Amino acid sequence: MLKALNIDPGKCTGCLQCELACSFENEGVFNPSKSRIKVFNFHDQGRFVPYTCTQCDEAWCMHACPVDAISLNKLTGAKEVNDNLCVGCKVCTIACPFGTVNYNSATGKVIKCDLCGGDPECAKACPTDAITYVDADWTGLDKMRKWAAKTDAGQQAAH
Amino acid sequence: MTYVIIGAGPAGVVAAETLAKTDPGSDIVLLGGEADPPYSRMAIPYVLTGIIDHGGTHLRKTAGHYDALGITYRQGRAAGIDVTGRKVALEGGGEQAYDTLLIATGASPIKPPVPGLDRPGVHHCWTLDDCREIEKLAKKGSEVVLMGAGFIGCIILEALVERGVKLTVVEALDRMVPRMMNETAGTLIKDWCQAKGITVHTSTKVTEVGEQDGRLAVAMDNGETASADLVVVAAGVKSNIGFIDGTGMKAEQGILVDEFLRTSADNIYAAGDCAQGPDFGGGFNVHAIQPTSTEHGRFAALNMAGKVTPYRGSLQMNVLDTAGLISTSFGDWEGGDGTESAEALDRDRFKYLRLNFKDDVLVGALSLGRTDHMGVLRGLIQNRTPLGIWKARLMDDPHRIMEAYVAHAYA
Repeated sequence: MLKALNIDPGKCTGCLQCELACSFENEGVFNPSKSRIKVFNFHDQGRFVPYTCTQCDEAWCMHACPVDAISLNKLTGAKEVNDNLCVGCKVCTIACPFGTVNYNSATGKVIKCDLCGGDPECAKACPTDAITYVDADWTGLDKMRKWAAKTDAGQQAAH
Repeated sequence: MTYVIIGAGPAGVVAAETLAKTDPGSDIVLLGGEADPPYSRMAIPYVLTGIIDHGGTHLRKTAGHYDALGITYRQGRAAGIDVTGRKVALEGGGEQAYDTLLIATGASPIKPPVPGLDRPGVHHCWTLDDCREIEKLAKKGSEVVLMGAGFIGCIILEALVERGVKLTVVEALDRMVPRMMNETAGTLIKDWCQAKGITVHTSTKVTEVGEQDGRLAVAMDNGETASADLVVVAAGVKSNIGFIDGTGMKAEQGILVDEFLRTSADNIYAAGDCAQGPDFGGGFNVHAIQPTSTEHGRFAALNMAGKVTPYRGSLQMNVLDTAGLISTSFGDWEGGDGTESAEALDRDRFKYLRLNFKDDVLVGALSLGRTDHMGVLRGLIQNRTPLGIWKARLMDDPHRIMEAYVAHAYA
């Protein structure tokens, strides 16, 4: 059974432990600007919303890549960037309608969530269970998935 | 069933793969016009910068990829189509019969009517063969003139700068990237490039490429002449559709296709840079960009295989890195009648963001100097998300675009 990140913004306190854990795991530094997960702060409502890639079935980033640098990890369902193949053209960063692929000018490559190979650090670091890593089919991801489906360039097609 | 695909660029390759998945057991023939295996033209500038070798441009990296999927790769260039006999005539003789055909022949660079463009040392930057010639001539310290500062010209510009050449850019229109950037952004990109030591002439035409003392001499209509070891011509592209003459297939800028990527001829589809298909913003246009070519390829193949799948239309979008300054444009980036715009400009830091709305829906955007979450601009435009109260907030401060997006994603 594939697992997925389940995000419950109602439980998020905005502590940013997820961002720190992510940047440390992936970049070796405690630097939220290098995190693949981002917590948005809605000041006027006192709300925090963690946001990252849903590993969507449409895989816009993967299909848009001109050099085959993004591939599906069949074990985790994650779409992973291969740094050795990525040329830094950034097409995936505009093709992803969720805005979850970013360009890292320090490396000249793009970065996105890869579920840490199946053991996501953000979920482990979250002290309030706002981010959990659970079976994919019962998560609150439905909302995000519906959003994803609506965004397809045409009607949903098997691929 | 025999599917034949003319053209082995991204549209053709994605179509072949989709056919293999959707109609297993069918015969799929992929015709490629060049000696190299299917590759990405978009990746060529990164060969010039040394990030990848020639193999790094290949669309698929696994050995035996096409064979494993049952796709027959055949080298050949289409000379014509016999639509009644269902055969593709190949250049140099030979033919390929089909039941269902996909035309994915891409586009070619335009050679403007300027005397001297056939001289040695004048090249397009379009094929891997062009790339090999440019590699020989664009050495550190070489003098290079780039004709055209459009989207493709600017991608090449980046690569030439990285190779350490002394670069002069000549653009006929009044700013850089005129078909992707408005005056504010195009002018900022020019300023940026000049600050990096690139000579940029806008509103200037090359009148002749001559020769002086064994080197190329590029004459311009502003009276100046630039000497060069290499001239790269990037003055636009046109769809490769000459070979359909006589078939009666309808074409304008490209081969006209409907929402199912069907041409006006029976059992013939078209995809990618050669296809003039439904535009998300209305009408039918050629969108010669990577995302459109792969979407076209996928939707065409599904429909060819009998899986009726309408395509909602392609959205014009581009991302460009001009000597380190990153810019994007989406959809109706110009804005105009019936649209409202929000702008934030920081000239000193080369940061710019412009959002164009129709009522409370984002219809287009432009950015300079931003790299985070840019894709949401596509998401909001393509989803036609009603922004409600966020419209006013964005009019006030367009930087809050990601907040607006997240607020709706979790609404």
